[in-house]
Amino acid sequence: MNRLAYNKLVDRFFKLAALAATIVGLVFLFTLVWDIAHDGAGRISWSFLTSFPSRRPERAGILSALVGTIWIMGLTAVFAFPIGVGAGVYLEEYTKKKNLITRLIEINIANLAGVPSIIYGLLGLGIFVRALSLERSLLTGALTLTLLILPIIIISTREALKAVPFSIREASYALGATRWQTTYRQVLPVALPGILTGTILALSRAIGETAPLITIGALTYIAFLPESVFDPFTVLPIQIFNWVSRPQKGFAVNAAAAIIVLLVLTLILNSIAIYLRHRFQRRIRW
Amino acid sequence: MVDNDIVFQISNINAWYGEKHVLKDISMRIKQRKVTALIGPSGCGKSTFLRCLNRMNDFIHNFRLEGRILYKAQDLYSPETDPIEVRRTIGMVFQRPNPFPKSIYNNIAYGLQIFGIKDRAKLDAIVEDSLRKAALWDEVKDNLGQNGLALSGGQQQRLCIARAIAVNPEVILFDEPCSALDPVATAKIEDLIMELKNEYTVVIVTHNMQQAARVSDYTGFFMLGDLVEFDDTKKIFTTPANKLTEDYITGRFG
Repeated sequence: MNRLAYNKLVDRFFKLAALAATIVGLVFLFTLVWDIAHDGAGRISWSFLTSFPSRRPERAGILSALVGTIWIMGLTAVFAFPIGVGAGVYLEEYTKKKNLITRLIEINIANLAGVPSIIYGLLGLGIFVRALSLERSLLTGALTLTLLILPIIIISTREALKAVPFSIREASYALGATRWQTTYRQVLPVALPGILTGTILALSRAIGETAPLITIGALTYIAFLPESVFDPFTVLPIQIFNWVSRPQKGFAVNAAAAIIVLLVLTLILNSIAIYLRHRFQRRIRW
Repeated sequence: MVDNDIVFQISNINAWYGEKHVLKDISMRIKQRKVTALIGPSGCGKSTFLRCLNRMNDFIHNFRLEGRILYKAQDLYSPETDPIEVRRTIGMVFQRPNPFPKSIYNNIAYGLQIFGIKDRAKLDAIVEDSLRKAALWDEVKDNLGQNGLALSGGQQQRLCIARAIAVNPEVILFDEPCSALDPVATAKIEDLIMELKNEYTVVIVTHNMQQAARVSDYTGFFMLGDLVEFDDTKKIFTTPANKLTEDYITGRFG
């Protein structure tokens, strides 16, 4: 076989290998979605969304879990966004000199993004539940998830800021603007879609977290809605976890239906992220 | 010693990027309401020198400067000097047009807004005046809400000039303002620069020797971090004192 034919063969082989890898991933995903939809789609109804959990599977619903998830997401966004963006702006715009301390901070943040979520649960248990006596409240849950997703938001904020050309900053400084004016009025607006995309993707990770919330002691059975951020709560993944572990067939169906609701919520968040990224790419032509 | 015509009195400055010595013992006086051109081959330090004049090098973290630059009576690098104020008085136009991704109006109004000017009528008046001085008004007056990035390269550069003028500086520094533009747009910018010297002191870095000869009153020739020769433009281009200058302007190298 001559060299050219051999090269072409290798080329075809890699094309097939890549295609096979893609198909494997898609097959598993479709199987999962189809299986869940098959089991749970029939169970979704208005009363499923608006009923509290119950001992009888056919009367049980996800109201408290759904409301809890929405509360937790909202609170987490409120805490994580300003802190994450603030830290990202500081690291990217204010510490141009790379000294030992900033480098140490950077490495730590990158590593924190990879720490298992249950560790954050233990941290939340130690700080928010015990030391700050916030009990097993919405506030504790949101603050714990905030810690969990902060590294992701900080990293994506920095990436978005890095993508803003330095010439924009120069133009602003040359007019006598301060660093804050330049950052707030020129750099952040350009980076905002990227920052929001990262934040939403981080939130869509947080929405599925179970371990840290169980660690801080979120309840699995709640038949009332929280009235303030100091009230106990549950979230969809915990409700699903709870139902899956029951022996009755009816709860397995409920779990499948709740998974569909959770998937839809995640899908909505990701769609917003994709939409923002699309707008971002289209708008900027330097 | 006090000479009101002298805007910049640069005495024995040396500059480094890390270990690299990029400006070597440079002294120069820059006169008010004249155009001073800085020419020389790439990497000769002329842009670095220009950026010393409004402290734009502050953003380069391993940049170091020794020596003294007086702007009128003010030492630009003394600890009491506020670089924000320096940049407000000494404006700059960059190599690549860099309008903000905002409307034409807001591109110009920004420099005023950051200093607290909110009055709409006043902003309107300054925006129009700046665009007129930058010879852009007639082309954009019906479209001030259009994004600055939608303009052509030459228009963008004139927008950047209008933006610099709007904050009422005393000096405008041009860092190779035409290197990204076609000859027609270049000619417009050159006309503008000659217009501007009636009101502002202009320092321009250029690769283009014909441009230096056309627009400037004084010319400095830089090479490898040294200021080889600095004199009247006419003299530099007709009877240069230094052999290197002569070789460069006659195109023997560079």
